[in-house]
Amino acid sequence: MSDKAVAKPVGGGFLLSGGQTADVFAPEQFTEEQLSFSETAVEFMEKEVLPLTEKMEDHDRKIETNVKLMKKAGEIGLLMIEIPEEYGGLGMDLSTSLKVSEAMARSGSFAATMLAHSGIGTLPIVYFGNEAQKKKYLPKLATGEMIAAYGLTETGYGSDALGAKTKAVLSPDKKYYVLNGEKQFITNSGFADLFIIYAKVDGEKFTAFIVERKSDGLSTAKEENKMGIKGSSTRSVIMNDVKVPVENVLGEIGKGHQSALGVLDIGRLKLGMASVGGSKEIIKYAVQYANQRMQFGQPISSFGMIRRKFADMMMKVYATESMSYRTSGMIDKAIHALDRNAPDFSKKAAKIFEDYDIEASIMKVYGSEVLGFVVDEAVQSYGGYGYIEDYPVARAYRDARINRIFEGTNEINRLLIPATILKRSMKGELDFMGRLNDILAEIKTDKVNKTPAPGLLGIESLAAETAKKITVYAAGIVVQKYMASLTDKAFNFGRGEYLFEQLANMMMETYAIDSTILRTLKLKDLKGESAIAMPLMLTRAFVYETLNKVTLIARHVLGDAAEDHADEFATYEKALSKLTFTYGLDLSGTKEKIAARIVEKEGYVL
Amino acid sequence: MKILVTIKRVSDPEAKLKIRPDGTGIQTEGVKFVVNPFDEIAVEEALRIKEKHTGEVVVVSIGDKVVTEQIRAALAMGVDRGIFVNYTGSYDSYDVAGILAKVVEQEQPDIIILGKQAVDDDMGQAGFMLAEMLGYPQAAFASKVEISDDKKTAKVTREIDGGLETKEVGLPCIITADLRLNTPRYASLPNIMKAKQKPVKEVTVDALGAVVKPHVTIKKLTEPPKRKGGVKVESVQDLVGKLKNEAKVL
Repeated sequence: MSDKAVAKPVGGGFLLSGGQTADVFAPEQFTEEQLSFSETAVEFMEKEVLPLTEKMEDHDRKIETNVKLMKKAGEIGLLMIEIPEEYGGLGMDLSTSLKVSEAMARSGSFAATMLAHSGIGTLPIVYFGNEAQKKKYLPKLATGEMIAAYGLTETGYGSDALGAKTKAVLSPDKKYYVLNGEKQFITNSGFADLFIIYAKVDGEKFTAFIVERKSDGLSTAKEENKMGIKGSSTRSVIMNDVKVPVENVLGEIGKGHQSALGVLDIGRLKLGMASVGGSKEIIKYAVQYANQRMQFGQPISSFGMIRRKFADMMMKVYATESMSYRTSGMIDKAIHALDRNAPDFSKKAAKIFEDYDIEASIMKVYGSEVLGFVVDEAVQSYGGYGYIEDYPVARAYRDARINRIFEGTNEINRLLIPATILKRSMKGELDFMGRLNDILAEIKTDKVNKTPAPGLLGIESLAAETAKKITVYAAGIVVQKYMASLTDKAFNFGRGEYLFEQLANMMMETYAIDSTILRTLKLKDLKGESAIAMPLMLTRAFVYETLNKVTLIARHVLGDAAEDHADEFATYEKALSKLTFTYGLDLSGTKEKIAARIVEKEGYVL
Repeated sequence: MKILVTIKRVSDPEAKLKIRPDGTGIQTEGVKFVVNPFDEIAVEEALRIKEKHTGEVVVVSIGDKVVTEQIRAALAMGVDRGIFVNYTGSYDSYDVAGILAKVVEQEQPDIIILGKQAVDDDMGQAGFMLAEMLGYPQAAFASKVEISDDKKTAKVTREIDGGLETKEVGLPCIITADLRLNTPRYASLPNIMKAKQKPVKEVTVDALGAVVKPHVTIKKLTEPPKRKGGVKVESVQDLVGKLKNEAKVL
């Protein structure tokens, strides 16, 4: 058997062409079995984890509590989802794992612990380990007998991770490497049994190692006193002449970046989904509270400004969820087409994750910022009580903050989004320039389509097409204008970042618009139009508001590119106005209908 | 040994229920359904007995096609196979006991464990009726179950006012499970996957030879009256006056 022929996966392709509902995976398509997995996770969280929140955050009992919970999670199979069956796992796909991540996210602390173990701690071995390493470690990681951690960051090297200073030197008898250095902010470091450590062989070749905790010379510093996720363990890992057997080199010498960055893509997708899970939980709390809290003789959930918050929360979470599962669906489909028994299967699978690194970065940034928005507005809905630690939203607010920082800061991920699209275009993998030329021709000949197609969400589909065109156009102007400077470090780190940040925002919002429409149309196919009133309202309100946002960012980018030359800006603005598609919507009225349902159902209910 | 456990599909005890406008039942739209919690305890006990004494655990559930979801949930806990009695009409506890008696005749289990009651209608009668119909000994409201090494008897403890009561019953017997008998296990992910492969036999009431003829029909469901807010009284005299004239308790 060999790999099945399917269309080559194109990460970032959403920007250039229209999506098909047939290709889109929606969470409503989960099987009974996948939903049962998620139910077990929900039950585990409710019965085992949430009652121990206080204990988990207690400095002295943190480690034993986490270890106990991880063993229990391992016993019921929550840690083995993506580990292949031949190594004691379930060999399930990414979408299944995301669904379970969503459930675990009800505790920010435990989600961090579990995702660090089963994600970035375990997956480097799943995708980059050799047979012996997989056989030795995966069965134990699957059951929680061993807990894993991932050590990349150093004091002076956070976002600039590949600059790491930790050194590895081959021993004279060539039997082991001697590691020296310190890794910082390592999740699970208080109790992990093994660490994936990145170090430079001979100070040059960036390489991954599997390092066991019991190794002589390995120690951890004291627990960090964090702002949030206080129930997770975060310490520095110090290596002082730690001898690591040569058979524990993970992947090839000098190719550590493959696993270091490869698993981060998966980590980022999971983080996006965990943000959705956390958001749903907080929406529930906020609405329940607002339904009980009386002011002026009526519940505050009856006031427009509070209701608007709930509608916004719901719209953003619906969009994030749609993007997440669309992405995981594309990845799963591509991996399903591979020959599982081929010796290079895991390498090819890892390559597919890499193909979708643009979407992974989008999910990380978008998810963490939506969660940030939701917890912030939830605190506001609670009023003064939101600021008191006895109520659940204060903790959620603190816990959420780290999501915009870890697994690559949102700044690094924002840079990656347009940079990768441009890189792929240069390599000929994405036909960005071709698309740009088509759009420029449309502008020139005044042939921009502004007639919505008939059918459900016709206007919104045209809005999605418009968002894509505007984004490609603005990015195209930036590329044309600054082509020569794009290789200049000073430009890239300075003015370039101002521009790239805005382009990244446009690209993310465009992906959100596109994915939301596709999911709702998919739901129509699955359930019929009469059953999707809520998704339709969410889509209409979200797309309308977001298209306006994208158009405004485009105008700002073009203003920047014109550099205060009025006539140049006039040219750009004229082109933009030709591309722009505007329509009216009773946005507040739509949000009110959304809010009415949330207030009645007390939570994220479609 | 063979253990038969009965399970009922009930609305999630945590769900907020609304009564249908015509008062004949609850609104089921959007309500989550689960295995009756006492039946889940019964399943757990059966699995523990099997783990200690070897054998087979079979679950049976009565209702329309949707009850197979609850059968699957029991299979995912580790039960070996399921029996789905397809019946969509109305029935009462006596009918349930009658159907179960026929299943017992076919399956010939050594022990039959039921939850002590279903949390939806709280009837709590099927276990007793089943024991009567079969002429089996029964031990209700079990808080502890021990099977003898020769597998001929069961020692069953129940909580009574101010203490415990332990009975010994010969097998085959009927046991009903109380709340503190055990803590049901999770459906582990590997077991959820295995559950897919496990057999579920579908039978009809007619094929079993059971007769359903309800003696009890539900006339009407009403919500409990809403509590009215209290009033503040100015003095003890006021209070006594209200208790006498309004509440009429003095």
